[in-house]
Amino acid sequence: MSMMQRATEALNRTLPDRDVDPLTTARRVVGQPVSRVDGPAKVTGGAAFTADVDLPGMAFASLVPSRIARGRIRRIDVTRAAAAPGVIGVVTHDNAPRMDTPVLMTLTAKGCAFIDVAPLQDDVVRWNGQAVAVVVAESQECADAAAHLVHVEYDADAARTSFGDLQSEAVFPADVLGEPPEITRGDVDGALAGAAFVVDEVYSTPQHHHMAIELHATVARWTPEGKLHVWDSTQALVRTRHSLAHAMGLPEEDVTVTCRAVGGGFGNKTVWDHQLLCVAAARVTGRPVRLALRRKDAFRMTGGRAPSRQRVALGADAAGRLRALVHDSVTGIVHENSPEQVSVPARHLYAADTYRIGQKKVVLDVVPNASMRAPGDSIGSFALESAIDELASRVGLDPIELRRRNEPAVDPTDGTRFSKRHLIEAYRRGAERFGWQERNRVPGGQRDGRWLVGHGTASAFYPYIRMPGGKVRIRITADGRAIVSAAANDMGMGTETVQVQQAAERLGLPIDRVGFEFGDTTLPESPIAAGSAQTASLVITVAAAAEELKKVLLKRVPRRSALYGLKPNDVVYRDGGLRHAGDPSRAATFEELVGEAEYVEAVGSSPMLPLEFMKYSMHGYGAHFCEVRVDAVTGETRVSRWVACIDAGRIINPKTAASQIRGAVIMGVGSALMEEGLVDRRTGRTVNASAAEYHVPVHADVCDIDVIFLDLPDPLTPMGVHGVGEIGIVGVAAAVANAVYNATGVRVRDLPITLDKIFTGSGAS
Amino acid sequence: MAHEGISTAEVTVRVNGQSRSADIDTRTSLLDLLRDRFRLTGTKWGCNQGGCGACTVLVDDQRTLSCLMLAVQADGREVTTIEGLGDAAALHRLQEAFIAHDGFQCGYCTAGQICSGVALAGEAAAGVPSVVTQDLRAETVELSVEEIRERMSGNLCRCGAHNGIVAAVSEVYGS
Repeated sequence: MSMMQRATEALNRTLPDRDVDPLTTARRVVGQPVSRVDGPAKVTGGAAFTADVDLPGMAFASLVPSRIARGRIRRIDVTRAAAAPGVIGVVTHDNAPRMDTPVLMTLTAKGCAFIDVAPLQDDVVRWNGQAVAVVVAESQECADAAAHLVHVEYDADAARTSFGDLQSEAVFPADVLGEPPEITRGDVDGALAGAAFVVDEVYSTPQHHHMAIELHATVARWTPEGKLHVWDSTQALVRTRHSLAHAMGLPEEDVTVTCRAVGGGFGNKTVWDHQLLCVAAARVTGRPVRLALRRKDAFRMTGGRAPSRQRVALGADAAGRLRALVHDSVTGIVHENSPEQVSVPARHLYAADTYRIGQKKVVLDVVPNASMRAPGDSIGSFALESAIDELASRVGLDPIELRRRNEPAVDPTDGTRFSKRHLIEAYRRGAERFGWQERNRVPGGQRDGRWLVGHGTASAFYPYIRMPGGKVRIRITADGRAIVSAAANDMGMGTETVQVQQAAERLGLPIDRVGFEFGDTTLPESPIAAGSAQTASLVITVAAAAEELKKVLLKRVPRRSALYGLKPNDVVYRDGGLRHAGDPSRAATFEELVGEAEYVEAVGSSPMLPLEFMKYSMHGYGAHFCEVRVDAVTGETRVSRWVACIDAGRIINPKTAASQIRGAVIMGVGSALMEEGLVDRRTGRTVNASAAEYHVPVHADVCDIDVIFLDLPDPLTPMGVHGVGEIGIVGVAAAVANAVYNATGVRVRDLPITLDKIFTGSGAS
Repeated sequence: MAHEGISTAEVTVRVNGQSRSADIDTRTSLLDLLRDRFRLTGTKWGCNQGGCGACTVLVDDQRTLSCLMLAVQADGREVTTIEGLGDAAALHRLQEAFIAHDGFQCGYCTAGQICSGVALAGEAAAGVPSVVTQDLRAETVELSVEEIRERMSGNLCRCGAHNGIVAAVSEVYGS
């Protein structure tokens, strides 16, 4: 941390807290299980996804992937492809327009690329599957057929493709998302050696893939004036515009990005090569171009979750109190902007007298990894929460009681106070619902016919994040409705519904009189939908816009009105208009205030720096409970019951929020039992690059998932909310592993927990 | 869409009750015919290899992965897509149930899930067994939650709306 950062943080700690949002306890609209407002469009095929865009004269693109992991293109021959029926043009590094490096996704930069080199700018191959040519044709059929006719010869170099083989080369990154890569306190090795109980194990997780059902798609159109309109399946409209504008050397105002619906993002619907290739192809051919990745391209041209290898060593005294906590981890990455921050949960979950918590990196010649749902936290918690369970067995304690004994009074590594922390309450409520007292207590001791039955639990955890820098416009129309506008993103989280609800609450309107307009960069700038931060970021910005709007509306109050002469602080939004805060008889409706105008509007900006989380430890918590049934003959594992009790602040919409938690649990069960991107170490090629071979949970794998929200507001966040998109996956794989151990007596420390590992104990690495 | 050197054919398909014709590249899948020629974009493209179920439509009332059927194979047949089941003003009861049970998040796999749900009701009514069906001689199959989960498993959902999807299908067609 720099001197400047230290000084800023020291200053922040002395700053007063922001006032508690008066709507933290409001329940008129917020807190109601409203069905999705975009439901009718989505169940009738009416929602507009990128690949549905059809422009006059549009051509279709197909990509040619590299066959080597590292090296150079010796020769590329496009003669046959260019002459194939329907082909309009072929773009390679020989004729691609010059493009600048796209702006990477970082905390400070405004881009959202994960690849730091623009495509087709040289003859260098950087990973297996990188696009080396684009074929543009009159139809997708023609483009796909001609792509096979591009002939490429390579000079291959040795490549770094095996994460497992390169462990000895691991080094510390400069930082882990602004935090030191390793933090220590006390003589942890000495404390470990002297501890009454010790667990010291290595846990490993493979490459994972987002596998959103919508494939990445881009449509690019250049205007005759040299402006660019891009329709793109992105979860970061404004950052996508910034990355593309920078790459193409355009001012940002000359680029428009539109995306009304995203078919699942999970961290990977950001800028990759394909958007630049589509834009380049449109420029070279002079046609609007649609480029939709094929499923195998999505695996090889966009990044997944980095693999990890994590040593967790815990030393406890006779009562189970942690005297030493070691989390030495390594992830296999490409850029430090996406470190797969596995060491984060251990920094904040449990009190330990001494600790060493850190992570190193191994740099690989693969498509750069991206953020994937709870990056780092999800797989980091697999290691930490498995080890905690192992320690509980060794000490002979209920794993919940072990956690209770290690509950910290302040943040265990930052030393900051908690804004709120209800981890133990989540365990209490979850345990009650699950029937934890009736669990199997002897590993391998409960059998139901051919099934061995086991129970496991683990902590959920996720940081509270609020993105600064957003704007929101609120427009009140002559008929008294509100239209809230921001270049926000909805990839299935329920953004539109939740924004309508929170704005309706803020503005004193019923939800059917509020609309949320989003999905286009011509609207006020809004932050990326990432880090589970979009909701809180928009709530605070809508609050700011609502305050601005009060000023605008009050200026319109006629002299005869009961509101005449009042200041913004004197009035509140109530019953479809403004009202004196202390005197309900002094009121005016929006219709009256808008009067003869078509509409009245105001723009609000979010407070710039999220100072609150420099001063406080702000995280969401939760407790997962799972029952597994393991076939005693085949070793097949089925998850048969799940309870997730989540402490994620105030819940705006319990219906859509519960769906977010369920979805995260299901993705976590996938990582626990089946998901594994298999890389051929000889070629660096991901070999199971298909929807059929990269296994994700299907209906038959998914039991009913019971979600409980504590619904306790965080006094320091807008409306008391936290994000709910990612917390649900954290701890899931550990809960499954702990339940499998409880069912079978076999501890698997290498994901996924497949039947071969249960049978042979081979996953006990 | 005729280009020199490309084999073409004229196909006529009855889509959502209307007869529609197109002169197509014979490599065109039913999925691309529906989406790119007939502009029925509610049917989605998820993998183009029969692995995800997003492109599921009904062909002569049988659920069919439209990415794996050539358009010429659909010539003369009856195709129902999500747009044919109901619209926002008059939703099919399974579409209503999907909204009520939050059976989707991003909405991308939804058309395929709903088409599969409608078709599996017909399959069960006709006594077509699944791997979890206990009585293989039964005239009709009761759609238990287990049956629905099994029969819907060809339709992937990555957002994890499985509970809501199964609840919706169960409410409308379940035993």
